[in-house]
Amino acid sequence: MLKKIKADLHIHSCLSPCSDWDMSPKKIVQKSLEQQLDLIAICDHNTAENVAAIMREGARQGIAVLPGMEICSREEVHLVTLFKSIEADLKMQEFIYKHLNGNNQPEVFGHQVVADEHDQVLGENPRLLIGATGLSLIDVVEKAHHLGGICISSHVDRPSYSLIGQLGFIPENLHLDAVEVSFRVPLKKARTEVPGIGNYPCVTSSDAHFLDDIGKVWTEFILAAPSLEELIMALAGKDGRHIVN
Amino acid sequence: MLVKDLVEKFDLAVTGGKSGLDREVTEGYCGDLLSEVMGNAPAGCAWMTVQGHQNIVAVAVLREMAAIVITGGQIPDAETIQKADQEGIPILQWPDSSFSLAGRLFSAGVGNPASE
Repeated sequence: MLKKIKADLHIHSCLSPCSDWDMSPKKIVQKSLEQQLDLIAICDHNTAENVAAIMREGARQGIAVLPGMEICSREEVHLVTLFKSIEADLKMQEFIYKHLNGNNQPEVFGHQVVADEHDQVLGENPRLLIGATGLSLIDVVEKAHHLGGICISSHVDRPSYSLIGQLGFIPENLHLDAVEVSFRVPLKKARTEVPGIGNYPCVTSSDAHFLDDIGKVWTEFILAAPSLEELIMALAGKDGRHIVN
Repeated sequence: MLVKDLVEKFDLAVTGGKSGLDREVTEGYCGDLLSEVMGNAPAGCAWMTVQGHQNIVAVAVLREMAAIVITGGQIPDAETIQKADQEGIPILQWPDSSFSLAGRLFSAGVGNPASE
């Protein structure tokens, strides 16, 4: 049976250097439930090391959590990638780590906290997660698809780190699954306010780095279940699945 | 100054768009945020950027530029060179920063009102 699913598909955890300490696995899940979200995705910068813990906590508390990542391409464009399984997400992470250089300087960029589902700190990630990978946009999209995932161009209405900001327009040979607009643009007005979106399916997500931003905006879908398989059908408008707002 | 004169004077590598080497360079422009360059770069400019993505060729055509110079030792994508060949927009490479080449161009009279 098809039903309404309220989804925030772009949330950072405390592992992202620019994110708040309070973005711990338990607190992210609790806040998402308070916001009456049915589906969230965890997308830290160039890493997925907190995803499994948040998926476990989500399963315990009763909210669907998609494994994801926000990858920075060599053009300095941010892309949200979402996967069906943690295994696929970790394969993506392995690929990203091979093309990501440098070490973090916590005093400059912020701490990168790896935590478990009990909010225990396991350590800090030493990599320069805020950096750009050496991978082109096409490399990222192709690898995500190869692993059965999807790729959504982050906050295309923004001047910085967005596909349209960095490259002026969406290249025709890039097989994106959707584009994302930030809270600044109402989803209904996205195509008129950001004409470069064209015919791409469009979602809106919070890109939360602080607890209070979770669910600040969301996308409502009609799906049979809160899963990536269903989401893919909705983005393609198949079998009654679709984006509502 | 023609693009080919620029190539010779500053020893730039030509990696694409060779059919456009006779274009005239009347201005210079620096920028890596293509959305900004699309709105502001002057016609006839030599555009210095670190971006090697194929969209730079479309931006150069749109703004009627003379040539693109990829700076900082960055390397253009293969598709970028193909598009540049199709459009006849020269793709040049300079190993140092945009700043260092822009200074040389300006001193040579490109976009410099004092030299006219």
